[in-house]
Amino acid sequence: MRRSEDARLLTGRALFVDDVRLDGMLHVAFLRSQHAHARLTSVDASAARGRPGVVAVYTAADLGDYWRPGPLLVPPPPIAGLVFNPCTQVPLAKDKVRHVGEAVAMVVAESRYLAEDALDDIVVEAEPLPAVVDLEAALAPGTPRVHEHLPSNLAAHAVQRKGDYARAKARAHAIIKRRFRYDRGASAAIENRAVAAHWDQRAEELTVWDTTQAPIPIRNGLAQLLGLLESQVRVVAPYVGGGFGPKIMMFYPEEVLVPWAAMRLGRPVKWTEDRQENFFATTQERGQIHDAELAVAKDGTVLGVKDVFLHDTGAYDPYGLTVPINSQCTLLGPYDIPSYESEFTAVFTNKTIVTPVRGAGRQHGVFVIERLLDFAARELGIDRAEIRRRNLLRPDQFPFNNDILFQDSAPLTYDSGDYEPALDAALKAIDYGRFVREEQPRLRAAGRHVGIGVVCYVEGTGIGPYEGARVTVEPSGRVRLATGVGTQGQGHFTVFAQIVAEVLGVDAGEVHVVTGDTREFHWGTGTFASRGAVVAGSACHAAAVAVRAKVLDLASRELEAAAADLVLDGGRVHVRGDPGGGLALGALALKANPLRGAVRPGTEPGLEATAYFGPDRGSTANGVHAMVVEVDPETAQVEIKRYVVVHDCGRVINPMIVEGQIHGGVAHGIGNAFYEQLVYDEEGQLLNASFMDYLLPTATDVPNVETTHRETPSPLNPVGAKGVGEAGAIPTGALFAQAVEDALADTGVEIREIPLSPNRLFELMQEAR
Amino acid sequence: MDPHANVEVTVNGVRHRRAVEPRLLLSDFLRHELGLTGTHVGCEHGVCGACTVLLDGDAVRSCLMFAVQADGHDVTTVEGLSDGSGETLHPLQAAFREAHGLQCGFCTPGVLMTLVPFLREHPDPDERQIREALSGNLCRCTGYQNIVAAVRLACGAPSSPRA
Ligand code: FES
Ligand code: FES
Repeated sequence: MRRSEDARLLTGRALFVDDVRLDGMLHVAFLRSQHAHARLTSVDASAARGRPGVVAVYTAADLGDYWRPGPLLVPPPPIAGLVFNPCTQVPLAKDKVRHVGEAVAMVVAESRYLAEDALDDIVVEAEPLPAVVDLEAALAPGTPRVHEHLPSNLAAHAVQRKGDYARAKARAHAIIKRRFRYDRGASAAIENRAVAAHWDQRAEELTVWDTTQAPIPIRNGLAQLLGLLESQVRVVAPYVGGGFGPKIMMFYPEEVLVPWAAMRLGRPVKWTEDRQENFFATTQERGQIHDAELAVAKDGTVLGVKDVFLHDTGAYDPYGLTVPINSQCTLLGPYDIPSYESEFTAVFTNKTIVTPVRGAGRQHGVFVIERLLDFAARELGIDRAEIRRRNLLRPDQFPFNNDILFQDSAPLTYDSGDYEPALDAALKAIDYGRFVREEQPRLRAAGRHVGIGVVCYVEGTGIGPYEGARVTVEPSGRVRLATGVGTQGQGHFTVFAQIVAEVLGVDAGEVHVVTGDTREFHWGTGTFASRGAVVAGSACHAAAVAVRAKVLDLASRELEAAAADLVLDGGRVHVRGDPGGGLALGALALKANPLRGAVRPGTEPGLEATAYFGPDRGSTANGVHAMVVEVDPETAQVEIKRYVVVHDCGRVINPMIVEGQIHGGVAHGIGNAFYEQLVYDEEGQLLNASFMDYLLPTATDVPNVETTHRETPSPLNPVGAKGVGEAGAIPTGALFAQAVEDALADTGVEIREIPLSPNRLFELMQEAR
Repeated sequence: MDPHANVEVTVNGVRHRRAVEPRLLLSDFLRHELGLTGTHVGCEHGVCGACTVLLDGDAVRSCLMFAVQADGHDVTTVEGLSDGSGETLHPLQAAFREAHGLQCGFCTPGVLMTLVPFLREHPDPDERQIREALSGNLCRCTGYQNIVAAVRLACGAPSSPRA
């Protein structure tokens, strides 16, 4: 099944936000802070305002009442004893700048080149303050505070528990205790962010094109900020060049300022981020430090886990606790762990804001549990795959309530799963037994450093609240489908079309899909938490089912046959056994919308229906990744020899698209594990803010991924689907660490951190000597 | 003194004459002066390859060139690969669609324009050669696997390298 969007993308005809061109359009450049932490004493834009070609320059002072901190995007879950200090981002820095790249002034000019020229004319006076950079030092008494109205840099503190860890510890044969560091990087979508806005004075209507993963909330929020009716604002997220999480924020300063300027100036205005700005101003995910211990019985049965961790939230925390809560919840993985005590402290630092990036903190949790299991296996003399097997949840334990609150504020409950066969499938695919027994000893004897790893994970996906969809059969017989979620490459157009086509008995090519345009559909939340196919897909399904009922109702009268005897197939409805007869869907659509006569009471005109789907809770995908690596101990270069993925995301609607999501996720994970690191110095300056210095994996770094699908349908939605968008990236760090450590077993190196790099790995080997 | 310079350049077979600022990047010229927005910009420092176009048949990064440097030359952008109707695709484009060689599609025009001259010189590349040819184009979505598969498909090989 080909993707319907591809022809446009391949020929250069797809519209991305920076492609929007309107008559009289103005262009924006932002002056951004050079300091990580400083008091702003004055911002003088008068010279910039006088430069030819400059139309306006705005500072915080010029925004008046429009200046206000952004909304809290995700309120924290109701955890007893929770401390949470919300400090959300501001449109332009006022008294203080809190990270390098924070916007200080906005220049609007006739061209981007002129706008950038004018940035040099703005005079900023600032008193630098010591920067808060190190996570642990941030909480030390006497440390400068990122937000001075708070007593310290503590952003949040939360403890969640299940069972009785103290008892588990007392009963344990061994306690495995380690400190782990897990850092993440930039989302690095190849398309940077962009916003364009046009205020149509006659229609009194604002159109905003935005590289957002959540056009509907942006529309609603903008209407409120600008004092417009929601129906006066149209937000379009056309083609978006990769999202991965950071393209959903409420709001980025630029999203608030560009539409405002377009209204004030009465001319279309556009801003497009450049790559350097993206490194400073687009949200990132970053480090956590975990002090974790595992209480384990002699046979490898896990009795309990205790984990205390620090989480870097950056300069503001608009996303609440989403990322650390994901880490906390995901740590338990596919295992039956009777007791768990998890405490985290989120910390403000003078760095770019942290929000979810593909995986959204789940990696950190998976890394901790998987590494602890590896160390336990070694200490107890149990095989690494075997210790996992012994602790997996059994099929009869579903639905399984994990007792720990998830990002949707409900306890993370696993809906369905069958974990052991997934592990077996991965071991078989990578030929684990033979590798460990024969191949590895043989290669080691020849002086080669080869290693194998196998790692399990679960992923809470497809959470609420809801999505909606409208399905319309047009008189041409073509079907229109509109839904609120946007798409950033996941193939939603195609997947949704397939779902609707199946219900209505039409070819998927006949289903015309519109997503991400609030004029077409304006109820819904957005594309996040691997929920597109699950939640919006289910809404598409429900709308199609409702239209199908209308079709059957009308056709049964027209064809004088019972609805139960009718068949929808090939774009027609016919009586069973008479495939040549019947009526085309288009003809029915015409009859359903008559120009004369009456529409029957109790019915609606047309073959159209809108439906919504809101799952009670998320569905839980799971998987096992395995890989074989060879490490050159001289150069610390790692070569991935094989990479195997077994994953279960419930019912697979389009295997090609699901595999593509996994390939991309694994590549992202490999980048995170070995290539990508945001390097900040002690002044809070990001030292590698370009693709020259921040390395994304290239085609020669990423292996072919061998994928096996397993399908344990979710009982929570009619499609049976679970999310897949993030899965590939989640276990990769843990897997990388395990396999590399195995390859270097003779050096005694222990890997307790990600990202690695050849340099870092080399250092670790030196230390282990 | 007029800060503008004249450029005369043939793009996708059509001759254009414009007076532009000497500092105008070729990528901006194509996108914003000529409205050929199929050429994308991902970094403007020559690493991501999204802006790749053909200059006299060779792949170049249009973000690393000024428009005036293209004066008198022949440029092909992704819009010039097929007939523009979207109905008929260049064989390489068709292979990308068949093998799911694109997701968000933002890197894709640059990838295609890198591959066209590569395949002219290597009509039957092996996987290593393909990956090396692609190593100057960043893609965050696909993990490259299906891009490689698409290239093999375009060369008449079975589309799946392994797996
Ligand atoms: S935009 Fe030219 S190489 Fe990235
Ligand atoms: S398809 Fe999205 S960057 Fe390549």
